[in-house]
Amino acid sequence: MAYDLSFAKEVYKTSEVGYWIKMCMQCGVCAGSCPLGPHWEHSPRQLFQLVRAGKMEEVLKSDSMWMCTSCYNCIVRCPRGLPITHIVHGLARLAVEKGMADPKQPTRRFAVEVFWDNITSTGRVGEAGLTMKLYFIDGIGPGIQRGLEMKNQALGMLKTKRLNPIPFRSKIKGFAGFKAMLDKAFELEAKKESNA
Amino acid sequence: MARRCVMADGQAASQTILVVGGGMSGLTAAVEAAEVGRDVILVEKRPYLGGRVAQLNKYFPKLCTPACGLEINYQRVRNNPRITVLTLTEVQEIQGSEGDYTVRLRENPRFVNEKCTACGECAKACDAEVDDEFNFGLSKVKAVGNGHNMAYPNRYAMSPEFAKTPEAEKLVAVCPVGAIEPKMEAKESTLHISSIIWATGWTPYDASKIRPYGYGRIPNVTTNMRIERMANKFGPSGGKIVRDDGKEIKNVAFIQCAGSRDHNYLPFCSRICCLASMKQTTYVREQFPDAKITIYYIDLRAMDRYEAFQKKIEADQGIRWIKSKPARIDADLESRSPIVIGEDTLTGVRYADKYDLVVLATGMEPNIAASPVPASGMTYDAYGFLANATTGIVGTGCATGPQDVSGSVQASTAAALKAIQSAAKARG
Ligand SMILES: Cc1cc2nc3c(=O)[nH]c(=O)nc-3n(C[C@H](O)[C@H](O)[C@H](O)COP(=O)(O)OP(=O)(O)OC[C@H]3O[C@@H](n4cnc5c(N)ncnc54)[C@H](O)[C@@H]3O)c2cc1C
Ligand code: SF4
Ligand code: SF4
Repeated sequence: MAYDLSFAKEVYKTSEVGYWIKMCMQCGVCAGSCPLGPHWEHSPRQLFQLVRAGKMEEVLKSDSMWMCTSCYNCIVRCPRGLPITHIVHGLARLAVEKGMADPKQPTRRFAVEVFWDNITSTGRVGEAGLTMKLYFIDGIGPGIQRGLEMKNQALGMLKTKRLNPIPFRSKIKGFAGFKAMLDKAFELEAKKESNA
Repeated sequence: MARRCVMADGQAASQTILVVGGGMSGLTAAVEAAEVGRDVILVEKRPYLGGRVAQLNKYFPKLCTPACGLEINYQRVRNNPRITVLTLTEVQEIQGSEGDYTVRLRENPRFVNEKCTACGECAKACDAEVDDEFNFGLSKVKAVGNGHNMAYPNRYAMSPEFAKTPEAEKLVAVCPVGAIEPKMEAKESTLHISSIIWATGWTPYDASKIRPYGYGRIPNVTTNMRIERMANKFGPSGGKIVRDDGKEIKNVAFIQCAGSRDHNYLPFCSRICCLASMKQTTYVREQFPDAKITIYYIDLRAMDRYEAFQKKIEADQGIRWIKSKPARIDADLESRSPIVIGEDTLTGVRYADKYDLVVLATGMEPNIAASPVPASGMTYDAYGFLANATTGIVGTGCATGPQDVSGSVQASTAAALKAIQSAAKARG
């Protein structure tokens, strides 16, 4: 059977810093360095080898990219200097663009349905609002249940001033500038995509 | 000085060849050039010749002792009046061009003069001890001694710090032949030289720089060069491979590419460490017939013609070969045993395995990186080794890249020829 390199080529060309995948020597240091190691479907090393082997479905449907906490342990240790965290985020994005990411993947839902709106609407994270929205993401019933499960943690965080209880927070100073920055980023991104 | 050695006395075109570094490479180049009639000055910065090979227990692939090869070369040096050996000496400056160099040398004081018969009376009377560099700090040695059991020249030397103390003065009276001289000073000299062979070799990569592996922090994580010393019967533990608490060893791991092929440390492959670990499995097997041995590797590099050696080692069924570069080592504080953590890349399994002893297969850092050739116009490769782009000053052995002994010896014979050609041009 001939190799089908089209997916690998696409990743090298369009996915954020995807071309770095060529440099991986399959040593396994990234997998061993990742604090979430055993919980991933595929380690970064495996993802990269799957990309090279042209396994588009397996890569883009994997939940691995969504498990990354951006701790940067792997980047620090990779002997070949691959920007692993960024490559993995790039693959997550590619999965969304191609409509292959599981819409029910919890991290993805958190990012898209909760976090992004929360931070862009005011320029800062409103912890109470963020937590509430996350808890009630599946409706009232499950929300209340989750809230009760986590009650002690929430009270503990309040007591130690780790959680700001005000659910609706005002915009940051200079919100207009923040907004302009985001708009510019979108514009640049759109330009990049139309050139790609 | 040997009889034909030409000092800076105004004589122009000297035919003398300078060899810098007295390891296997420098020794070979010196002997080869001298045996075809050239005058050679062999300069070595340590008090004795032999370089790293003197620290090895056995050679791959034959598993014989390096002592005989060294001894043969010492004999050839000893019997050849054309070779002048200058120990504790370093080259300060090189000026001139091919065929006509002026070289400034500094000979550091040995504090023991040539009358020394190596009787050992001074060491017996000396209470002060210093870290034993030859044994990589695994033991202490007397502040006056002759480096190791096979040191050549077999003449004692004194630690410079100790020489400054009143205790050193007391040893003057102890020596039956009046060889102790704590007031000895460094000597500078200038030579005319036709061509130069640079053979300054390598240093083991400093394993403590590889932070995730915890060398120096986690007990019973050691290095391949320390294993060479431990396994040697004249070594610090009388030939026994030992844990720091003396507990029995049943389970040993070797970690390949420790500090090599890694952009955080040495980016290149050190070429000999796969073979060195394979060799060291035989040391372990000899001492602990039932021990389990694990080798963690990225890929095994039995370079050149050494595949047969690998096959021989693979016959040992007690060795597990795991294709994985471990991510880190943790300490099990209770048992004082290291836990090796990573991903087996053939199965995808994340392991965390405990061993009695973990050996880091560290690689070679060129000595030249810390002390470059003191001449203008020298070129180095991307990894800091000497690139042989200059005629007149020829690099050889591990000064030019990671090499095994036979490769170093071949390169050094070639270097001797190049140096002779430069000398012939000078005669012109
Ligand atoms: C763990 C391990 C095991 C090994 N086992 C084997 C084996 O079994 N078989 C094998 O074939 N190879 C083996 N090797 C490789 C072997 O050690 C080298 O091939 C050999 O040491 C090369 O000799 P050299 O003379 O080039 O360098 P070196 O042995 O490093 O000698 C260089 C000499 O130059 C001196 N020097 C340094 N700087 C200066 C200076 N500025 N001025 C004057 N003198 C200086 C040094 O003091 C030293 O004496 C092993 C290597 C390692 C790391
Ligand atoms: S650590 Fe780097 S080189 Fe090693 S498998 Fe991971 S990405 Fe590849
Ligand atoms: S010889 Fe083996 S252990 Fe040494 S750097 Fe090369 S691959 Fe790694």
